[in-house]
Amino acid sequence: MSVLVYAENTGGKFKKSVYEAVSYARAIANQNNTTLTAISIGDVSSDELSALGNYGAHKILNVSNGQLKNFVNQAYAAVLAKAAEAEQADVVVISNTFSGRGLAPRVAVKLSAGIADGAVSLPETADGKFIVKKTAFSGKAFAMVQLTSVNIVIALIPNSYKVIENITNAVTEDFLVETKESDFKAMLKEIIKSADKVSLPDAEIVVSGGRGLKGPENWGMIEELAGLLGAATACSKPVSDAGWRSHSEHVGQTGIAVSPNLYIAIGISGAIQHLAGISSSKVIVVINKDAEAPFYKVADYGIVGDAFEIVPKLIDAVKAYKASA
Amino acid sequence: MNILVCISNVPDTTTKVTFNANNTQFNTAGVQFIINPYDEIALARAIELTDGGKGTVTVIHVGEAANEPTIRKALAIGATDAVRVNAPAHDAYFVAVQIAAYIKQHPFDLVLTGRESIDYNGSKLAAMLGELLDLPSVSIIKKLDLDGTQATVEREIEGGKETLTIPLPFVAGTAEGVAESKIPNMRGIMSARTKPLAVVEPVEVKTLTEIISYETPAPRGQVKLVAADDVAKLVALLHNEARVI
Repeated sequence: MSVLVYAENTGGKFKKSVYEAVSYARAIANQNNTTLTAISIGDVSSDELSALGNYGAHKILNVSNGQLKNFVNQAYAAVLAKAAEAEQADVVVISNTFSGRGLAPRVAVKLSAGIADGAVSLPETADGKFIVKKTAFSGKAFAMVQLTSVNIVIALIPNSYKVIENITNAVTEDFLVETKESDFKAMLKEIIKSADKVSLPDAEIVVSGGRGLKGPENWGMIEELAGLLGAATACSKPVSDAGWRSHSEHVGQTGIAVSPNLYIAIGISGAIQHLAGISSSKVIVVINKDAEAPFYKVADYGIVGDAFEIVPKLIDAVKAYKASA
Repeated sequence: MNILVCISNVPDTTTKVTFNANNTQFNTAGVQFIINPYDEIALARAIELTDGGKGTVTVIHVGEAANEPTIRKALAIGATDAVRVNAPAHDAYFVAVQIAAYIKQHPFDLVLTGRESIDYNGSKLAAMLGELLDLPSVSIIKKLDLDGTQATVEREIEGGKETLTIPLPFVAGTAEGVAESKIPNMRGIMSARTKPLAVVEPVEVKTLTEIISYETPAPRGQVKLVAADDVAKLVALLHNEARVI
């Protein structure tokens, strides 16, 4: 037995969520006294690949077949299942990213594996059981899922496990696989990068605006504050429904669930559906002129006041802090 | 053009989630159940794509008879007919195997699901169905257009989006942007009562996962308020105390 972790690349680079997944997978390998193999598919440089050995991978497999350059979940799932068989891996860890969510269930079906998607912590393995905590009810709760199958697939939520440095000097091996033409029916036509500098699901800091901002023309200060903090911008559902901001920024029960280190909510009252999407944020700051807004009940810090007064002051204060740091 | 839409029965979005029996059961007392909002988007797009007699929309639900109001609602919105697999939805794999078994008997040109259910948030069904049926699948799409037997879909990725072309048949999980949910009209509500709703018995599935208990997020401490004229103090707290900037 061993553990296999899929290292998803974004334009040939690994993001922090990959190192989190490798660190997490190594911890599972340690729990089971076994080894960890990381696998990368696509066009990734050897330097980038060897970085996987900085977080505990004992072995790195590289699949650089030209046909597999772009992500196709059906074809990638076949590669991962073959790698799991070759490595005799009974646990496969995949990041719960947009692509990971299209991939992990296919791998699970191929391996007849139970799957714990949306995992947020290491498995509990007492008494030979394998129990994983996962998000449920859109952030309103967690479920403890027991996996009773021999093989197990875990999809780990980004930003829920720490990157742990663990240098192994692992070597990279090419992993050769035969592909099946019928796995490539979905064809990539175009990738459109968004203009945002920081992507919302990956962001460590999120600055989010609600209806209290009165209109899309007032988002300049939200973007400025986000820019200063290296944060992603987000919004509440009424804002995206009104077309002030794109749906891809909508955070909440029917939008994106985020788990940043810092979530700053400006002019958002804190409806239960919005709180569901942000409840796993580590620190929550609320700026709202209504002192009775429900958001204050779940916030760590708050300023009661008009966003149009407070946010410019906050921008100045952050600038002053950065100048002194 | 025959489209299958998979619908799930979930607690209304305003539900305060609590648990019973030593945190092992979701407390359904007083909870209103609805069609999963993302599945409603799938249903709305399916109806648009077959509008004007260009095909049929079948909805399928895995669940007990008590969930039939949710199925009737889908028929009222505009589905042609419905199928209920008569078994509680044990987990995503159980549901996927049931629906795949039905599709093997009754092939469809397109199978749609919501991107995820708002109760267990798995985002698993579309990809599992794809794998079980050896079809392409796209899990979280923002747009779906058809040109004959070729579809163009837009899927979300971290930091942008991707456009893909896929030949029918395939499976897709719909998110916001694909369509606006439809509200049933009086005619729809009246006709829903008489539209066909077939009940089929489940196939056998090996259980792979079991939810053993639930937890609610740890309550946060009292909010620390900073005066509106002392914003710099907030920045200092975030740096020195919370250590997040």
